Amino acid sequence: MDPLEALVAQIQGLSSTPGDIARLHIILKQADDSLRAESTRLSPVLGQLAPSEHSLGFLYVLDAFTSGQISKQQAETSVPIITGFINACNAEQIRLAPEKCINLCYPIVLVCKRLKDQVMMLEAPIRGAGPLLTAARKLQLSTEHLTPLHSDFLMLCVLAKCYKTGLSILEDDIFEVDQPRDLFLYCYYGGMICIGLKRFQKALDLLHNVVTAPMSTLNAIAVEAYKKYILVSLIHHGQWQLSTSLPKYASSVAQRSLKNFCQPYIELASSYGTEKIAELEAYVQTNTEKFENDNNLGLVKQVVLSMYKRNIQRLTQTYLTLSLQDIANTVQLNSPKEAEMHVLQMIQDGEIYATINQRDGMVRFLEDPEQYKTCEMIENIDSSIQRIMALSRKLSAMDEQISCDQLYLSKVGRERQRYDFDDFDVPTKFNI
Amino acid sequence: MDADDESSNPMIDEIYANGGSPEGGGGEKRSRRLIISGDQFDIEAYASLYSGRTKIARLLFIADHCGGDNSAMQLEALRMAFDEIKKGENTQLFREVVNKIGGRLGPDYTMDVAWCETVDRRAEQKKEKLDNELNAYRTNLIKESIRMGYNDFGDFYYAHGQLGEAFKSYVRTRDYCTTSKHIIHMCMSAILVSIEMGQFTHVASYVSKAEQTHEALDQITAAKLRCAAGLANLVSKKYKLAARKFLETAPELGSHYNEVIAPQDVATYGGLCALATFDRTELKASTLTMIMLLNDDCEISIVFLILILYLQAKVIDNINFRNFLELVPEVRELINDFYSSHYASCLEYLANLKANLLLDIHLHDHVETLYDQIRHKALIQYTLPFVSVDLQMMASAFKTTITGLEKELVALITDNQIQARVDSHNKILYARHADQRNATFQRVLETGRVFDRDVRSMLLRTNLIKYDYNARSLSRKL
Repeated sequence: MDPLEALVAQIQGLSSTPGDIARLHIILKQADDSLRAESTRLSPVLGQLAPSEHSLGFLYVLDAFTSGQISKQQAETSVPIITGFINACNAEQIRLAPEKCINLCYPIVLVCKRLKDQVMMLEAPIRGAGPLLTAARKLQLSTEHLTPLHSDFLMLCVLAKCYKTGLSILEDDIFEVDQPRDLFLYCYYGGMICIGLKRFQKALDLLHNVVTAPMSTLNAIAVEAYKKYILVSLIHHGQWQLSTSLPKYASSVAQRSLKNFCQPYIELASSYGTEKIAELEAYVQTNTEKFENDNNLGLVKQVVLSMYKRNIQRLTQTYLTLSLQDIANTVQLNSPKEAEMHVLQMIQDGEIYATINQRDGMVRFLEDPEQYKTCEMIENIDSSIQRIMALSRKLSAMDEQISCDQLYLSKVGRERQRYDFDDFDVPTKFNI
Repeated sequence: MDADDESSNPMIDEIYANGGSPEGGGGEKRSRRLIISGDQFDIEAYASLYSGRTKIARLLFIADHCGGDNSAMQLEALRMAFDEIKKGENTQLFREVVNKIGGRLGPDYTMDVAWCETVDRRAEQKKEKLDNELNAYRTNLIKESIRMGYNDFGDFYYAHGQLGEAFKSYVRTRDYCTTSKHIIHMCMSAILVSIEMGQFTHVASYVSKAEQTHEALDQITAAKLRCAAGLANLVSKKYKLAARKFLETAPELGSHYNEVIAPQDVATYGGLCALATFDRTELKASTLTMIMLLNDDCEISIVFLILILYLQAKVIDNINFRNFLELVPEVRELINDFYSSHYASCLEYLANLKANLLLDIHLHDHVETLYDQIRHKALIQYTLPFVSVDLQMMASAFKTTITGLEKELVALITDNQIQARVDSHNKILYARHADQRNATFQRVLETGRVFDRDVRSMLLRTNLIKYDYNARSLSRKL
């Protein structure tokens, strides 16, 4: 009997109980190479298998099917197949990992990566976004787990400019990571999505994670992230200092070398600090090319805009009412009309509280009406408290876990002398 | 009751039109006393306050800084400097002064080469003699003689303008000092030379050294030390400390320290520094209480008497400083006006004094800073008691324009010195008190968010490190 057909029969037969599935898994792994050799004959096979019941088998066949070079027309046909499979497949079955790989590369991940390549080839990244989201959710062991699919998914979202779908996955907190590289990409693309949605605080957090992550050598992702980090912190906080930029827990490699790659941005930040708009704009003009090469020109323009905003915000601290002409003069805008536009925009965005009296050409600055007395505010505070309590429980759990860890104990135990049961003082290490 | 009403009305007028003189000034008790000095600077009177090297230094300073169009004053100063130098033995300074005069004062005031040579030759001989004597003493190892020898050397170098050598010689006597008197003498000499050299760090250290001696210092020496300390603080811009030191100076100082500082200077420096840095209670306690007593209002003086009994210690010092202030009535008036909120006249006195103060060798660099500080304090003090202030009235009280005033106020508000906001449309300043409750809520939410974020990234990093470690140990095992 044709080995392929035999395989198909086995797949169909052994896909019901977990025990059978385990056996099937072993068989499939052994048949992996032979499957790859017959990749051309596999499309009808796929038709015979049902993705929802025979997920594991389908997956291996699909893996072999897509492993070769694929042309554009072939991509057209295979993308729907993969998409259909992902939507229908059984989550537990696809999580079974091949044992031999150290890097834990799930076959599903390989399949998804190929999907991503194919939709890129077809220049329709949005077709891949939905399926990858489903796949990522299915592959995750828990919502705190980061899979390699997350970063691919986010990349497709960025390319397709559908930021809102990306945001849904960013709302989860990530604690477990398989591969550091995934994390870097995830945080970097996540940061870009948040910038696109103008959620600068979250973008700052994500980019901060990239920049301060432990790394032994500098990588390009961190450099790019650092550039965006500088720009976003200028927009959001209005300041960025070289001396206080990287905290102590950032890796030493980062602390030493990151700034060497980001010179134009650091100079931009220092010229921002002088609070002279003309200087800032001149600097941007001269360095437009560099910023454009990094695809950061849009952000840089937002930085310049944020300077006007910051100046106007400062005015709210010292004035109660101010004429539009005076605002234009103080903030170095060209005309009262422009000042009015800026102030209007800021009121709409909720960045300042003011009323504009057009007849007198006056702006009246008001206090923040938030009284912290509403139900929503109380719920907000309550949920923050719950969240933080959960976090500290997690922290103590992790602490306990590490103190029971074998590696940790062996390392610490070596440095300690044996002491008596009731001796609470740890004696100092003696070097003999 | 009636009498009270009558007396309160002119008071209210004063508050509203502060500084401007209302009509019908018959009831005015505190009209501006026209003791404005600071017209043409009287060099002779000024120079007569000092003696020794500082007199020459001050005259030269005046000559350099009195401005190009005031050549009369400049020549006068140079002439007096020339006369003074001729009485001494400093040929270097002599040459300098002659260059500066440049022949403008006639044939009596040109280079006297013969005199220079005589002086130099005499100096050489004296130096040899001192040298020999010192060597003799050193071989004999008589401590007291060695000390006197070094002292003589110091004096000799000082007279000839070699200040560095003089300082070294004085300091060398330290090893041979046996009594506290010797130490004090050494310190005083060192202080004198350091002040002339402009090295005020030494001054500070030697003052503290002198004050640490076991013997009680006599009044005059203690006063001298205070002055020197005050000067050191002034030059290093520690105005508050300088003010305290000057205020602690005993009036017995009189003219005993004329080789460094005159009592008028003590009053001026101390008064200005106090005005620029003390808050109202300190200012009152240290300088004004006695002055107030001299004024007319009886009720006020009773209140002050009670305060005096309460502030016993500071009152005793008061009397001291009051004696000094009597010597410079302008400064006294100035402080009085500031305290009673007559800002316009206060600032006017200041402006008048400025030209002369710029000619003072020690105060020259600090006049601007001190004036700015005093002006800012005046502005802040004016706005402090009010909920709203009309900028028009304030501008007239300070004799300035509304736009200028607005700019100054905005600068102070941005600096967080005034808690207020400007209504630019109606030109009113409104006091503003931060809402504590809202601020607290905001801070709490922010802290929570920061904690949240930090702990999450920390856990993430821990996992990364653990993964890294696992991967490495795994590869080691395989």
